[in-house]
Amino acid sequence: MKTAVNTSANSEFAPNLLVGLREEFEQRILAWQTTSDNMPTIWVDRKDLTSILIYLRDKAEPRFEMLFDITAIDERVRVHRLGQPESEFSVVYHLMSFSGNRDFRIKVPLMDADLNIPSVVSLWPSANWYERETWDMFGINFEGHPNLYRIVLPPTWEGHALRKEHPARATEMEPFSLEDEKAEEEQNALLFNPEEWGMKRESENSEFMFLNLGPNHPSVHGAFRIAVQLDGEILVDAVPDIGYHHRGAEKMGERQSWHTYIPYTDRIDYLGGVMNNLPYVMAVEKMAGIEVPERVKTIRIMLAEMFRICSHLLFYGTFAQDVGQLSPIFYMFVERERIFNIIESICGARMHPGWFRIGGVAQDLPEGWESRVRELLDFMPPRIDEYDKMVLNNGILKRRTQGVGAYSTQQAFDWGVTGAGLRATGFEWDFRKNRPYSGYENFEFDVPIAVNGDCYDRCAVRVEEMRQSLRIIKQCVDNMPSGHYKADHPLTTPPRKEKTMEDIETLINHFLSVSWGPVIPPTEVTMAIEGTKGINSYYLVSDGSTTSYRTRIRTPSFAHLQMIPEISRGFMVADLIAIIASIDFVMADVDR
Amino acid sequence: MDLSIGSPLTIGLILGVVIITAALLITVERRLLGFWQERLGPNRVGWFGSLQVVADMIKIFTKEDWIPPFADKFSFVVAPGIIMTVVLLSFAVIPFSPNLGVIDSNIGVLFVLAMASLGAYSVMLGGLSSDNKYALLGSLRAAAQMISYEVFMGISLLGVIALTGSFNLREIVESQSDGWYIVPQFIGFVIFLIAGVAESHRLPFDIPEAEQEICAGYHTEYSGMKFGMFFVAEYIGLVLISSLITVLFFGGWLGPDFLPSVAWFAIKAFGFIAFFILMRAAVPRPRYDQLMTYGWLFLLPLSLLNLLVTGAIILST
Repeated sequence: MKTAVNTSANSEFAPNLLVGLREEFEQRILAWQTTSDNMPTIWVDRKDLTSILIYLRDKAEPRFEMLFDITAIDERVRVHRLGQPESEFSVVYHLMSFSGNRDFRIKVPLMDADLNIPSVVSLWPSANWYERETWDMFGINFEGHPNLYRIVLPPTWEGHALRKEHPARATEMEPFSLEDEKAEEEQNALLFNPEEWGMKRESENSEFMFLNLGPNHPSVHGAFRIAVQLDGEILVDAVPDIGYHHRGAEKMGERQSWHTYIPYTDRIDYLGGVMNNLPYVMAVEKMAGIEVPERVKTIRIMLAEMFRICSHLLFYGTFAQDVGQLSPIFYMFVERERIFNIIESICGARMHPGWFRIGGVAQDLPEGWESRVRELLDFMPPRIDEYDKMVLNNGILKRRTQGVGAYSTQQAFDWGVTGAGLRATGFEWDFRKNRPYSGYENFEFDVPIAVNGDCYDRCAVRVEEMRQSLRIIKQCVDNMPSGHYKADHPLTTPPRKEKTMEDIETLINHFLSVSWGPVIPPTEVTMAIEGTKGINSYYLVSDGSTTSYRTRIRTPSFAHLQMIPEISRGFMVADLIAIIASIDFVMADVDR
Repeated sequence: MDLSIGSPLTIGLILGVVIITAALLITVERRLLGFWQERLGPNRVGWFGSLQVVADMIKIFTKEDWIPPFADKFSFVVAPGIIMTVVLLSFAVIPFSPNLGVIDSNIGVLFVLAMASLGAYSVMLGGLSSDNKYALLGSLRAAAQMISYEVFMGISLLGVIALTGSFNLREIVESQSDGWYIVPQFIGFVIFLIAGVAESHRLPFDIPEAEQEICAGYHTEYSGMKFGMFFVAEYIGLVLISSLITVLFFGGWLGPDFLPSVAWFAIKAFGFIAFFILMRAAVPRPRYDQLMTYGWLFLLPLSLLNLLVTGAIILST
């Protein structure tokens, strides 16, 4: 059993990597920054960005295969910036090395007057959407980007939403009105022009048909649009269009207190329930220096795995339904309902309990929880076996999904694919196994993989994951540690009640912590978990205040959707539906 | 009371029963699907949801019957009428019992096949006149699928016709008094069953209206009673295919004497209707090109082989 904790891989800087970096780039690194997660963080000038990224991708030891995230921070009103180079807008690149199991963060300082930075789309295709999003949100221009249009905000939006001067609430803006003139302008902005989407109207032999799939379509799982270029029924291209489900979750993080933001995280991947709380509360705990009791860790794992099963069941059912099998979804909803009943009896809510707290969970487990969870362990396995017979072993379903939408491990790295989509390509990498967090190192479970990376494999991997989740839940029930459900730490929110009545000081602390919320020390942290759909990470910047200075949510679905054109070209419309279904995304997770 | 073959009363009776059965099937199907899918299905209107169909009809009749401004009005309006007409006309030749039916035609089988071919026009016109890309894709698929599967449907029947020596459905039933054709013509039966599902485009072969792919396919733009006609015609088609299977392979009205012959016919036909509904609940949908390949490369040779072997056996005995 390994006893590593999350990011411990990063806590000791890989000697080779850093020595190599120093040798190559000593003069050009502006600063080294220390963060709470101990992730190596360097500041470089924008003219050196490309060369250092190429070095890290191709030559460094270990190599950084994946561009995990690109985002930015509006630094203009930030107070605590000790040791960081002068910057008004910092662009943050987060690289991930799977071979070396470590992360790397690069920051580039920019000034408001000159927000230009070279695009890295040529290095990693996945950079495309991340750069578009950063432009959309901050107005940072990526030079050489193929189509730097708005991605999550509407094309007619004014301003860049995550800049600090942009209003966060409707009450800060003029009342909305839609005059005829503006309505017409908005409508014209919606007109479909294939050239803007990077598509041609005709080839030498045929004129293409453009089919608008979505934003409302039975199979796009939410408000999601794909502009499909068809030659007959063969897909020439399929360009996804997202942003219909954008709620500004990251902006809300800048005005909610650390504590009151927890329910918002539930609604990011709305099928993941409390599992969304986990990276957020763990990130805050890391900044605050809270060590949570073993009991809390185990309770969190148990609930997170229940939600993983719920989410996978819904995926499984809709996958079968999108391939035209109507019944499985109904059987799986029955199962899901039973699990939700158990979750409800523990958390008091079903889909979005918002039940984890900074430094613990909201309540202790109720009396008799064991017997209910054991019921789940009894009824689930035979049902999953039955579904195998019905869905996975069905000949027509196999013919529809095997060999469709396949990609290799390398492609998965290039496009930022994580989770079951990565494991289906035959690459065994699970955050819970490779960088255990919240006590996963104490559990026995396997990481299922497949070999072909096609739609069928992605489904098969998830089905096996449900079985593994059941194993984990069983171990939770068998070995639930005793102890308190909250950490004994001043920043635990809400603080432990029994201590507040002892003296005036703890009472004041309690009062402040409940009314204002906890004050988190100024630092930065990235915390990632193996979410239901892939790696879900929170990058939090604290400025020593009761709210987050910057909340960056990196969701797996965003990267996965970007890959749709790559894996669907040359297939038929029906295959596109199977591919979309096999990706397992929810639009709330994509748009945030 | 004139209930002989072809009397106006008989015609009215059959027409009424067929349409009412088809309408009731909507409720029956929803209840059966609910039963098979671990849920309730409609159970609020009337006794166990039996009046659901009335509520549905009220709704569908009072809905705005919208014709899109970009559609080709004439064919848009005519299309649902065609399918309704041809499936109802097909019932003219179905023998429900020894002395119940609309006409006793010597070309009964051919008539049914001809009507099925005309049905293809309905979905084609409906899809093309809608001027909608989903509808266009749907009607293209429908045209290809219906025309292809008609071929196998026709050939699969030839075995039965050869054994009987007649195109008259009534004679086909009577010739089964020694044994149903399901036994000597089992392969023909299977092919006819598959082709029948494809002709009535129900799941798993609902490719022309595959909801998950092309919304509702050829009837995407239809609403109100025009949609209702497509909808009911699908159910009438289901009754028709089940009746045809009963007549051609399962001895039609033939059965022990303790029940009237019409009852035997109804029981057998309903068995197949239930089977088709179960199929909808159980089987995923193949891809459009897979369905075509399957048809032309597998069903066609098989049905030809079946015909050849049947012919050889008849000649040798």
